Amino acid sequence: MAGTGVVAVYGNGAITETKKSPFSVKVGLAQMLRGGVIMDVVNPEQARIAEEAGACAVMALERVPADIRAQGGVARMSDPQLIKEIKQSVTIPVMAKARIGHFVEAQILEAIGIDYVDESEVLTPADEENHINKHNFRIPFVCGCRNLGEALRRIREGAAMIRTKGEAGTGNVIEAVRHVRSVMGDIRLLRNMDDDEVFTFAKKIAAPYDLVMQTKQLGRLPVVQFAAGGVATPADAALMMQLGCDGCLWGPEFSRAATRQEEPERLCRL
Amino acid sequence: MVVGVLALQGSFNEHVAALRRLGVKGVEIRKPEQLQNVSSLIIPGGESTTMAKLAEYHNLFPALREFVKTGKPVWGTCAGLIFLADKAIGQKTGGQELIGGIDCTVHRNYFGSQIQSFEAELSVPELVSKEGGPETFRGVFIRAPAVLEVGPGVEVLAEYPVSSTSVLYSSSAVQIQEENALPEKKVIVAVKQGNLLGTAFHPELTSDTRWHSYFMKMGSEAQEESPSSIVPVGGVDPSFNEKARIDLPIYQ
Repeated sequence: MAGTGVVAVYGNGAITETKKSPFSVKVGLAQMLRGGVIMDVVNPEQARIAEEAGACAVMALERVPADIRAQGGVARMSDPQLIKEIKQSVTIPVMAKARIGHFVEAQILEAIGIDYVDESEVLTPADEENHINKHNFRIPFVCGCRNLGEALRRIREGAAMIRTKGEAGTGNVIEAVRHVRSVMGDIRLLRNMDDDEVFTFAKKIAAPYDLVMQTKQLGRLPVVQFAAGGVATPADAALMMQLGCDGCLWGPEFSRAATRQEEPERLCRL
Repeated sequence: MVVGVLALQGSFNEHVAALRRLGVKGVEIRKPEQLQNVSSLIIPGGESTTMAKLAEYHNLFPALREFVKTGKPVWGTCAGLIFLADKAIGQKTGGQELIGGIDCTVHRNYFGSQIQSFEAELSVPELVSKEGGPETFRGVFIRAPAVLEVGPGVEVLAEYPVSSTSVLYSSSAVQIQEENALPEKKVIVAVKQGNLLGTAFHPELTSDTRWHSYFMKMGSEAQEESPSSIVPVGGVDPSFNEKARIDLPIYQ
């Protein structure tokens, strides 16, 4: 532990390079995705449709969250071959999901060369207690959150982008709204708070004090925040944007409709 | 002087914030009519395919091409550079529409995917001579394009060295050690042609405002005759009803 505060548990030899990967570069891609839509896709054809329709990135999956809920069983990282095929079929950024805490799945995804890893609660968690130490990776991570404390904890672990957890696969936006209102509400509360009270607030939401203070000064999360989990219609997406999100992730509800090209196009124009 | 920032998608907030640091008002542009009220335009970084799609839908391409033709200053960063180039390779299947204007060939995602994104200190003599400040500029390259070749009328402002062994082949298993054999190649990452400026990197993601003030100077040189639009100072903004977007921090 060399005084940087980050303990390298996994070793940097195998796949990841030991070159410095500045946080600004990780966050930079998220900033380029602002105002855009990230679509869930399960095969290269859908990825091409999403790119044509104007998606700013695609999330490559084997099974959409709705199917995972319906079929049960253990949901793991998708087949690397499928992800590679999707990556080769489009020119826009490709993201893929890894199980919470499963840093080897993240190493595999990084080796494939995709653009972002989503450490996702939609898949079956691999570690009940801990998340991946995302600082060890060159590839940026996006993590879900239900409230401000969770968001800041993930950011401290190294997430370069945050999304609301919502309730993926249901088509019901109520949970996503609940989560974004919780985050924005806490930020609004924090902004008006006396500086001396921030210490206790940080303890209460179980988040690192330095990030809580940074959030207070900025008036927003220090990283890009997207909406996800149940966004099902253009109106839902507009709702999330107006509540304070920088963009949306659309999922299964649209993957089904993606066979007709007009649907995704209509939805991207927000 | 009012600068328009194309606000379809991407880092337009960051450009508006950088302009604000210089004391210049940036207006978000989403409709063709709004282009009439601005004296110069910035096309931000983002996904060029997404922006092309939205621009088509809002019928912005004719207005944008017109804007470029009238000689008003336009600056494209990253995706914006792709738009301003006359020719782009590495396009998605089916191609994408460009505005054109800078006589050059740009290669999308030249350096690769996000893993290959990087930061580099760039030497930009033109910028230093006009703006002063430190010798190098911190260039943030996010899935950046590169300009492969330029026409005769294009000024090259910055270059970045790449090894000649192709960037596309990167496997940790097999490393070809050819550093001595082949000379280093340079690709062009900033160009200027007349009143059109293009950068493959993102000055708006840094705290260095020299590129923005360089662009502003391009604008004021172009505008000798007193113009045009009455810009409302405080009150009614063309982008009514929008809550002020709070800026993201700049990561050093």
